[in-house]
Amino acid sequence: MHLQFFLLLAAALFCIGVYGLINSRSAVRVLMCIELMLNAVNLNLMAFSNFLDPQEIRGQVFTVFVITIAAAEAAVGLAIVLSIYRNRDTVDMERFNLLKW
Amino acid sequence: MNLAAGVQIVSFGLLAAIILVGALGVVLLPNIVFAAFLLGLVFIGMAGQYLLLNADFVAAAQVLIYVGAVNVLILFAIMLVNKKEDFTPLPRAWVRRGATALVCLGLFALMGTTIASTPWALDPAPTVSSSVATIGAHFFSDFLLPFELVSVLLLAALIGAVVLARRDYLPTVKEQETVFSLPERPRELITSDSK
Repeated sequence: MHLQFFLLLAAALFCIGVYGLINSRSAVRVLMCIELMLNAVNLNLMAFSNFLDPQEIRGQVFTVFVITIAAAEAAVGLAIVLSIYRNRDTVDMERFNLLKW
Repeated sequence: MNLAAGVQIVSFGLLAAIILVGALGVVLLPNIVFAAFLLGLVFIGMAGQYLLLNADFVAAAQVLIYVGAVNVLILFAIMLVNKKEDFTPLPRAWVRRGATALVCLGLFALMGTTIASTPWALDPAPTVSSSVATIGAHFFSDFLLPFELVSVLLLAALIGAVVLARRDYLPTVKEQETVFSLPERPRELITSDSK
């Protein structure tokens, strides 16, 4: 097994997440794409932890932190989506222009 | 993990295929419920990759938190925002799609060349046998402050989510007096001459 395989997989997953983040119309799907990107970052951290720092596995500690932040982000993000849906009666990202102009 | 190299390669390939196909499904499928279930599949595949990377505790945490909490939360949000809505097509949607695909492919190519050309300082030492003990020692020695901060952040996120998602009632609307009554079938009162 090589480190490069895991890094390439994480890079591909991150790029798919970026594509979906920009092109999704539904706000819930945007949150799902953010989760995909956070998972790609986690895979990077875990690969570095296993291959470059196998004695002090600091990458796994960082991954636990990222998982925690992702859970908090999902909860608050979905609450915001629900709140906007109640006010604007839509989940279309193109019509969420409250702060745009 | 004591697996043969061939087994590791094959399982990595299978998990990578699952992850990539699932991620493409999350992004491209029109039905958002299928996308949410495929997201759970991606999370489980990531847990398998963590097992390949000798991280048992984080793999278990990934299944518990991502599949058990985040994915269920997303499914609940989909059910709460269950509105069949046909998005009005944008006039130049293909420009955005093409540009984003170009940028993402370029980003992937850039990262790929960087990964391939970097001389990684690989450490050939064996991995620690008990990752849970090592992670716990890190949490309570040199990562103590981030650990406590994360707990405070979780509390703040909990309260913030409740405050944001709570349904606010307008204070000007007066609540009407409601007369509560139990739905009972009428009964004859017991009187003295009924016997």
